[in-house]
Amino acid sequence: MATVELSFTPLPAHVRTARLVAAAVARRSGVDESLLDEVRLAVGEACSRAVEELRLHCPTEPVRLALTEQAGRFEVEVTDTSMQASGNQGAPAFPPGFGIAVIAGLADDVQISETSAGTSIRMSWPSALPDGQLAP
Amino acid sequence: MDLKLDHHSKDGIEIVDVEGEIDVYTAPRLRELLIDLVNNGFYQLVVNMEKVEFLDSTGLGVLVGGLKRVRAHDGSLDLVCTQERILKIFRITGLTKVFGIHDTVDEAITARKSEK
Repeated sequence: MATVELSFTPLPAHVRTARLVAAAVARRSGVDESLLDEVRLAVGEACSRAVEELRLHCPTEPVRLALTEQAGRFEVEVTDTSMQASGNQGAPAFPPGFGIAVIAGLADDVQISETSAGTSIRMSWPSALPDGQLAP
Repeated sequence: MDLKLDHHSKDGIEIVDVEGEIDVYTAPRLRELLIDLVNNGFYQLVVNMEKVEFLDSTGLGVLVGGLKRVRAHDGSLDLVCTQERILKIFRITGLTKVFGIHDTVDEAITARKSEK
């Protein structure tokens, strides 16, 4: 089970909330302060992409965010059920997938699963705490 | 922190002051401002990002879009930014080669004037 789970209506205004929650949980999970900006940005990119996909194809479905601390890693999974995999529509000055390219430049471990049911972006960073323990 | 936008002229160049977070929610407002400025004949722009706390790829897209618009009129769009957290995303994406990035507004103006 994830340490913290969040789901939100696919509206751009909620992406900031997702970033703030992810950074707060990352800090409590022992992710180094120097990495928090990367977590914030990568989670924002993943959620922005999911919001744009869902708004285009499936606006009643939520963006799902799962934040998990395990085995010295802080893992983030952003999932949408847009049933399309057409890449980032949010930055028209760039080719599709630019947001994902930014994520790949930020997280040292990124896995992207695109299925007929939607897209899942899983990324992780090292955390200092042993498995299952949270900072006070 | 929401996005605050302001602009003023200095030495014939329009300075756009940006404060707060530029993301998928707020970036459209910056896009509209840049389009308005170009539509009103301002083709020499400096975007001051010293008070920007967050910038994502949507914001980068808006800045690149602004650059394309001013260049269509032989104009320029330079940036002022010294914050490492913001500069990092320009480096990751290779956009440090696309934008002139300066430490101060005065330095950006001087650099632009010297290229004329």
